[in-house]
Amino acid sequence: MSQGAALPVQSPSASAAAAARPDVCLRGLDITFALKTGELHAAVKNIDLDIAPGEFVTIVGPTGCGKSTLLNATAGLLKPSAGHVEIQGAALNGLNGKAGYLFQADALMPWKTAIDNVAVALEPMGVPKAEALKRAQDWLARVGLKGFAQRYPHMLSGGQRKRVALAQMLIRDPQILLMDEPFGPLDAQTRQIMGNLLLDLWAANKKAVMFVTHDLEEAIALSDRVVVMSAGPAAGIVGDFRVELPRPRDIAEIRTEPAFHAIHKAIWASLRVEVQKAYSQGEEAQQ
Amino acid sequence: MNRVTLIALQLLVGVAFLLVWHLLTTVPVVDGKPLFAPFFFSTPLEVLARTWKDFASGEIWRHLGITLLETVLAFAIGAAGGIVVGFAFARRELLAAVFDPYVKAANALPRVVLAPIFALWFGLGIWSKVALGFTLVFFIVFFNVYQGVKEVSPTVLANARMLGMNERQLLRHVYWPAALTWMFSSLHTSVGFALVGAVVGEYLGSAGGLGYKIHEAESVFDVTGVFSGMVILTIFVIVLDTFVTAIENRLLVWRPDTAAKTA
Repeated sequence: MSQGAALPVQSPSASAAAAARPDVCLRGLDITFALKTGELHAAVKNIDLDIAPGEFVTIVGPTGCGKSTLLNATAGLLKPSAGHVEIQGAALNGLNGKAGYLFQADALMPWKTAIDNVAVALEPMGVPKAEALKRAQDWLARVGLKGFAQRYPHMLSGGQRKRVALAQMLIRDPQILLMDEPFGPLDAQTRQIMGNLLLDLWAANKKAVMFVTHDLEEAIALSDRVVVMSAGPAAGIVGDFRVELPRPRDIAEIRTEPAFHAIHKAIWASLRVEVQKAYSQGEEAQQ
Repeated sequence: MNRVTLIALQLLVGVAFLLVWHLLTTVPVVDGKPLFAPFFFSTPLEVLARTWKDFASGEIWRHLGITLLETVLAFAIGAAGGIVVGFAFARRELLAAVFDPYVKAANALPRVVLAPIFALWFGLGIWSKVALGFTLVFFIVFFNVYQGVKEVSPTVLANARMLGMNERQLLRHVYWPAALTWMFSSLHTSVGFALVGAVVGEYLGSAGGLGYKIHEAESVFDVTGVFSGMVILTIFVIVLDTFVTAIENRLLVWRPDTAAKTA
């Protein structure tokens, strides 16, 4: 299934990490939904995927291929129909308590101020309120929202809301970060700024990341590995590419590097087939 | 149009109405009598004088106090019941499914027909009025809380669960604020209905309150008294509504302006 791209250097640290016990291990995962008509719809089929500790893996694929479904199964929000999910060597049962999840849609509690939204994430861990507020203030500063603590979500821009959500996720110091097209709703410039912010925070404290996007450039700029999924239904993994670009990276600048283009070309060759397949299926469905 | 002009025009309508009323009931037209007999229509000045007298003598305060107490009790008990049952139904599918037809039937019943029964059960004191107000407030709050809990954004809920919240924390941080939002968006309506319950109950049988005052005046063809009672009731409603708006603004400070306006 997986094919390594012919890329310049195989970094020793990445291969060492891959050899260790993975943080996320998906084996033979099938996820099937019952449609309203009573038919069964196989979203993804026979997925094997490992994510090493500290590894940034991005999943790309055509629209509706089940990328988010895979993420939700890893989060424990969705129970796979077959196969199993292992988190740090233990079978996942119920919600994934080791993972933080950054959603595409607005997930902040609209009735709480920015600081309360961040601080409340510590409540389930039993952190006292005063301490939680102090740490939340600290996290808001780290995501560049120092003066916005008392704003309600509707008083913040889309990018600022994402920053609060990022702080809310990271304050719990989760071992695994799951992100479902988190910067999808943002404009191009804000996406780049958010991407750089994410990379900075991740570099300071490297966690296993499973990042879903349909934007291949974003995927390459962010990740250590890009996984390509086939068009649905019963989508599988059709490509697995290592991105050997030096870090630290700047999302905007890295796109101009020749190495970036080489990787882009290699992955796009695999992704294009699937995108076209998904597109023609969509055309057929409309006829 | 600027604010001053608007207020001036609004005042003008009120003044014009009072002026027409005054002229029709005081200026002699036929046989030295005005077009509208003051016996049936009273006159604005008389109504004003009566209202002033009632307030000055302090006699109206007792009635206002009774009506206010009934309204507040009906609202508080009705809202509490609506919240509890609304939550229970929203979180327990089976409960909602089993009771659905009965809830709909009970809500379809015009509540005024219950007033005599309540008078029979709870006597002519405040509790029969509170009961009537309760039946009105309960359903409004119940439906809103039910809807509020049901329509919590799935993303917000999934996010809160991923943050590790247990059932109790979800209730406190997600379900409860969501339900409160819906309840407060219907606050004006439910407080209004609590008042309707109180006044209608008093009107149908009591020994005190604004409804009683109006009914008493009607029974002796004291039209001035009836109108004066209505004026006092209107003032009472406006004051109550201003109070509710203040509470609403305080509690729903997190909502975008547009949503607050359409509510």
